[in-house]
Amino acid sequence: MSIYLPIAEISVNILVLLAMGAAVGFLSGMFGVGGGFLITPLLIFYNIPPAIAVATGANQVIASSVSGVLSHMKRGTLDFKLGGVLLAGGVVGSTVGIYVFGLLREIGQLDLFISLLYVVLLGTVGGLMMVESVNALRATRSGAAPVLKKSGQHNWIHRLPLKMRFRASKLFVSVIPVLGLGAAIGFLSSIMGVGGGFIMVPALIYLLKVPTNVVIGTSLFQIIFTSAYTTLVHATTNQTVDVILAFVLMVGGVAGAQYGARAGQKLRGEQLRALLALLVLAVALRLAFDLFVTPPNRYSLAVLGLS
Amino acid sequence: MAAGSLLCRMSLIRKVCNFSGSCFLFCRMSLIRKVCNFSGSCGLLFLFALAFVLPAAAQSPHQENIQIGLSTDRVMITAGFTGADLTIFGALEDGDPQIARQGRYDVIVVLEGPARPVVVRRKDRILGVWINLESETFENVPVSYSVATTRPFQDITEPASYKQLSLGANNIYMQPMEEGESPATIAEFTAALRERKSATGQYSENVGGVQFLSQNLFRATVRLAPSVPVGTHKARAFLFKNGVFVKENSAQLEIRKSGFEQSIFRAAHNYSFLYGFFAICLAMITGWLGRIVFRKD
Repeated sequence: MSIYLPIAEISVNILVLLAMGAAVGFLSGMFGVGGGFLITPLLIFYNIPPAIAVATGANQVIASSVSGVLSHMKRGTLDFKLGGVLLAGGVVGSTVGIYVFGLLREIGQLDLFISLLYVVLLGTVGGLMMVESVNALRATRSGAAPVLKKSGQHNWIHRLPLKMRFRASKLFVSVIPVLGLGAAIGFLSSIMGVGGGFIMVPALIYLLKVPTNVVIGTSLFQIIFTSAYTTLVHATTNQTVDVILAFVLMVGGVAGAQYGARAGQKLRGEQLRALLALLVLAVALRLAFDLFVTPPNRYSLAVLGLS
Repeated sequence: MAAGSLLCRMSLIRKVCNFSGSCFLFCRMSLIRKVCNFSGSCGLLFLFALAFVLPAAAQSPHQENIQIGLSTDRVMITAGFTGADLTIFGALEDGDPQIARQGRYDVIVVLEGPARPVVVRRKDRILGVWINLESETFENVPVSYSVATTRPFQDITEPASYKQLSLGANNIYMQPMEEGESPATIAEFTAALRERKSATGQYSENVGGVQFLSQNLFRATVRLAPSVPVGTHKARAFLFKNGVFVKENSAQLEIRKSGFEQSIFRAAHNYSFLYGFFAICLAMITGWLGRIVFRKD
């Protein structure tokens, strides 16, 4: 069953897209991540032009983040003030990102830059998670109690000026790192088509010492708006958002997430993280492979000013 | 002469479509422009009759002319279009029957897509990574170029003659946007451009694609690639007599996409802000509905 994607201008199999959405939704439900970092590379492997995969990925992330945020709002595990400050930074980062995106596209280096960013970021995050989860697995096997990081421990970030109080997170911290983090996530969101949860969550926990229970809700909250902004700007400046593609992925994703969440409850935390790390590393390796292997054709054409 | 102009107005085109899967080339079947009150088939018969009468009437040296006519100036292709053959009918006017009998009239028909600036990029290896490094921009490159001929190119006329007419995918003149590049570089990138265009089917040759149905009437079949660009295409017919170029004629054809998907494409380009806003709302509603439908807590 094929479906024509009006913006990507190619025919693809709708069942493959639904399965892709469902698989990523399953994993995002299982691991509690948005799934943008998986959707965009998968679309690229499926021959969707990277520029469209990125913009459409950002659109798809909104749907999964909205359903996540709704349940966190009900549980009260969402810091609106912290989310708002992250968002302010996110809008700036996203604007810069869109500009860089257009520039790279013009000089023909966009595909390379997207792949490189994915390889570096996924490789780093996947590697760190792998080391951490293997250590945790070893520790539990040997029967030693897991070492908990002491909260209240201060680092250089807490010595910065312009402090602000975030009540829901029980936090009194400078706005500079919060804005900076938001801007970095916004930049990545517009260039990579990701929500940025896989970077935001560890950064909030380890750098800002935000309590873990409010981290995911707050991160999802700001991701909705950063992705929405990214989608809107991609749609107006690059015309690369494919609504049909995004919708099919969302439907698969929303359904898959529920089964993933149930499956996730049966696995232990360290095992989950080790599996996620494997997955992230596999995606990074696959993208790296394409960068290094000799392309079948060294020449490529781009028509200018078709729109 | 009156007979000649009548003949020209009766020229016709028919599109033959290759249907495959959901592919669909909107085509109106055949069509003779009715000048007289003849029915289609009668008109055709009349045309053949004229073909035999004509030479006797014209005593003066032959002043050959070539005509092609398009039944419609617009072709709509829908989503999932996987390519098609486009058949163009045409007529040779005031031909010498003796030369026609010996098959020394040749016709080349070209369907040329709109011209656009095109960048050709070459990947090179830097630190093991393949990176787009060198590039060359050409002005006014036809996005598509399909040729149909009566015989192989080398049998019709001299290479110099093709060059002069800039006829054939290898003879289209491609103007580099920046001056001062070495001829070798330009030649390399021009060759790469042609090779890529041929590989995607956007530049195609159909040798033997033009057939004379009678002494005066011919049929040309040109290929439309699956990725045929939308826009104004130009159908051109070239007539050769004994290997010498005689006459050229052309007609315009608008290729457009139709259907729901095309409306989306147009919305994304013409109303991009509203489109983006719609995409966001759709995602939010889907997320919200997904939460209601699959709620587990």
